[in-house]
Amino acid sequence: MTFFKLGDDIADTRAPDVPIEQRWDKRRFDAKLVNPANRRRHSVIIVGTGLAGGAAGATLAEQGYHVIQFCYQDSPRRAHSIAAQGGINAAKNYRNDGDSVYRLFYDTVKGGDFRARESNVYRLAQTSTQIIDQCVAQGVPFAREYSGLLDTRSFGGVQVARTFYARGQTGQQLLIGAYQALSRQIDAGNVEMHERTEMLDLIVIDGRARGIVARDLVTGQISTYLADAVVLATGGYGNVFYLSTNAKNSNASAIWRAHRRGAYFANPCYTQIHPTCIPRSGDYQSKLTLMSESLRNDGRIWVPKNAGDTRSPDQIPEAERDYYLERIYPGFGNLVPRDIASRAAKNQCDLGRGVGPGGLGVYLDFADAIRRLGEDKVREKYGNLFEMYDRITGEDPYKVPMRIYPAVHYTMGGLWVDYDLQSTIPGCFVVGEANFSDHGANRLGASALMQGLADGYFVLPPMLGNYIASNKFDKVTEAHPDVVETVNEATGRLTKLLSINGERTVDSFHRELGEIMWDECGMARSEDGLRKALGRLPELREEFWRSVKVPGSGSQVNQSLERANRVSDFLELGELMCVDALHREESCGGHFRVESQTPDGEARRDDDRFAYAGAWEFGGTGEQPILHKEPLNFDYVHLAQRNYA
Amino acid sequence: MKLTLRIWRQAGPADSGRMVAYEVPDANPDMSFLELLDVLNERLTLEGDDPVTFDHDCREGICGSCGVVINGQAHGPRERTTTCQLHMREFADGDVIDVEPWRSVAFGVVKDLMVDRSGLDRIIRAGGYISANTGSAPEAHATPVPKPIADTAFDNATCIGCGACVAACPNGSAMLFTSAKVTHLNSLPQGAPERADRVLNLVEAMDAEGFGGCTNTGECTVACPKGIPLDSIATLNREYLRASLGRK
Ligand SMILES: Cc1cc2nc3c(=O)[nH]c(=O)nc-3n(C[C@H](O)[C@H](O)[C@H](O)COP(=O)(O)OP(=O)(O)OC[C@H]3O[C@@H](n4cnc5c(N)ncnc54)[C@H](O)[C@@H]3O)c2cc1C
Ligand code: SF4
Ligand code: FES
Repeated sequence: MTFFKLGDDIADTRAPDVPIEQRWDKRRFDAKLVNPANRRRHSVIIVGTGLAGGAAGATLAEQGYHVIQFCYQDSPRRAHSIAAQGGINAAKNYRNDGDSVYRLFYDTVKGGDFRARESNVYRLAQTSTQIIDQCVAQGVPFAREYSGLLDTRSFGGVQVARTFYARGQTGQQLLIGAYQALSRQIDAGNVEMHERTEMLDLIVIDGRARGIVARDLVTGQISTYLADAVVLATGGYGNVFYLSTNAKNSNASAIWRAHRRGAYFANPCYTQIHPTCIPRSGDYQSKLTLMSESLRNDGRIWVPKNAGDTRSPDQIPEAERDYYLERIYPGFGNLVPRDIASRAAKNQCDLGRGVGPGGLGVYLDFADAIRRLGEDKVREKYGNLFEMYDRITGEDPYKVPMRIYPAVHYTMGGLWVDYDLQSTIPGCFVVGEANFSDHGANRLGASALMQGLADGYFVLPPMLGNYIASNKFDKVTEAHPDVVETVNEATGRLTKLLSINGERTVDSFHRELGEIMWDECGMARSEDGLRKALGRLPELREEFWRSVKVPGSGSQVNQSLERANRVSDFLELGELMCVDALHREESCGGHFRVESQTPDGEARRDDDRFAYAGAWEFGGTGEQPILHKEPLNFDYVHLAQRNYA
Repeated sequence: MKLTLRIWRQAGPADSGRMVAYEVPDANPDMSFLELLDVLNERLTLEGDDPVTFDHDCREGICGSCGVVINGQAHGPRERTTTCQLHMREFADGDVIDVEPWRSVAFGVVKDLMVDRSGLDRIIRAGGYISANTGSAPEAHATPVPKPIADTAFDNATCIGCGACVAACPNGSAMLFTSAKVTHLNSLPQGAPERADRVLNLVEAMDAEGFGGCTNTGECTVACPKGIPLDSIATLNREYLRASLGRK
């Protein structure tokens, strides 16, 4: 049984046909400009205030557009980007260690296992250096050396130190920078900010995105907001798995609703499982906590050589430990890319060498680093992470090795966008983790922050201007039949959720969905497992709509209703992820099909059949999705099997 | 663990609110405080009661969403710890725990444990930024920043805007929050051109929002999950004095 239909290939991504170094300049030069005096008359909706949305809102407002912006938290400063720990990449080559724009481009294409679009990745690498300048000018307090110059460190999958950081709180510092820039524009009256307001649907009129339907989470009021263009900056969808490192309320609703209205969803099965997270401790577990990849600079990963060894770590002598990453991948050691490190940890646990409760953990040991650098130096570098670990587990990582296990962390997939970051719905742009653009099948550490800020500060603004300058915008009002219909649908859904009054809580459905996704569409995927999931998911969705219990009313704060609405979308998205994973009969990056591996268990790509981005069109409720392939060409970085040995 | 929670329930801003006791017989020492509330809420939902409303998102101590007063202490008993990072191993079997929202003139209760902290955002909007339009930045290494200054700026920039300092202060002052921003930006060379206006505007906004005055009780820094020190308030006062003299 197949689960999809095949549509036409995607022919054009709008990247100019000139050498890769010149593409972005050419695209910007060809872009139409909006006269500064006219910009005020154009309004732009931005949903999300993370790095991508915050940066975009501030920049577009500085340029003179009227920005209407949304977030579901009580303040734009709380977007999930705040939680990013490790750092942000940029090809500054301050260390003179051989870095360059080309090397960052090369590393990202290779790290993404040759499933990203070269043009976009090159532009990302080009833009990276400007981001650091911009952030420093805003007062972002990056780590500095005694010389007063910026410090950098290494992240997985690369051999240069190009990661800028602010202790273990880089995301926080970058986001506060963007938030402050946004605050300045709010104060100046250029941004109309709606906090605690959740987008429920996208308004499409005459084939173009013209607004959103949103709910005020305090009063329950459902309103429409109309504009000339809509930018979605709503983050990733890792919470499909219930347990992930994402913030509890991170959700896919905005992009899923846009998908249902015509935006293609690309590579939904590409999810990143991060190797170093704190293992779960019980059934009540509500989320998982990341321990930054930067820890792998100094921490050494090991398991006992003998399966079932239950001695405490300090009782296990050196000779009976297996530092398996250093053994299997001597070139990169503990700093192999995430997909490889995660799978290796799972393999060790499958062999019975895992540690901690249920054998689902491996050690991340700092004893050597503490001996070499001293406890103070280690504290300076990683103090806040060690404290966080201690708080959660009650164990002191200065004394006992951390226990870590892989967890869902990031989604490379997202809404398909062209080179201009525009989705298949004209006027609907998608930035940050919500789009699929730059990371292929595996994202390198410290590259999401870079992409979010590149999109928001530098790439979106000129492309959005081009869209506005190239189109005429008839005035639309709330009375337009398409607006009325979208509002009615959104309202009807919530009314339905409130009226079911069944016997199962929203969370119980979400947990069950998460278990199915983790088992069948997680670190290892098989045809059998995916088919099983595709059998079970429609049933679960049906059960949800029959027996979910959402207490309270829609006309006040109702967190159960918010969750129910999000979970109803996850239930649909989960199915598309499984369809995508099933159709991609190869292993690449974070997508590991057990049927496609090398004799020593590494991912085996099938470039002849799958060197494309899979962009899915919504086929209608209850109908099969339609696959459109965007062929990927590797003119600069030549297709090769990744090798980190 | 068996615990009794006495939780502040308030249907909305107009409701007067009351403490309601709930038994949680199945608490676990490894649970976080918010997971304990999750467990209670699952039960309330199935029993047809209204689950307890509280703000939360990252559950990692960094977004600043969460925050309740636990047994009279903002964010509970463990120092430098947000409510989401507080674990039940800090409590003993049989404990009775009072859970209340932030209480302050400037923070109205929205529902149950959720409050309106938008006043803090308005303080930042008044000048808690460096005016550097996108694209206008010089090369990052053009201005080296001595490490001790960069470190001071960073330490103050770690404020998560949770509002615990306000909740802990007998006067409901937002001085610690405001001083953290002033110290972050005014320490840096990039922040120098707007230094005087920044401190004056922030303090003015803080007063306009109805936050109380600072009488140096020091409760704020004890409650602060990020350890913003009282020194920052001293810095704010110095900056304020300097700016006021300059303006005359
Ligand atoms: C724990 C952790 C650590 C990480 N560390 C790093 C790192 O060191 N380096 C790195 O490069 N990357 C890191 N990442 C990844 C990176 O943080 C994210 O990919 C990135 O921050 C996403 O930014 P964003 O702007 O796309 O979205 P987000 O920051 O997720 O923002 C989403 C915004 O959309 C809003 N929103 C969502 N849905 C709706 C809706 N329906 N209606 C209204 N508003 C909505 C939210 O309110 C929010 O403002 C980390 C991720 C995690 C989970
Ligand atoms: S100063 Fe401390 S207590 Fe006050 S808002 Fe900032 S982090 Fe919270
Ligand atoms: S939920 Fe983010 S700080 Fe507690």
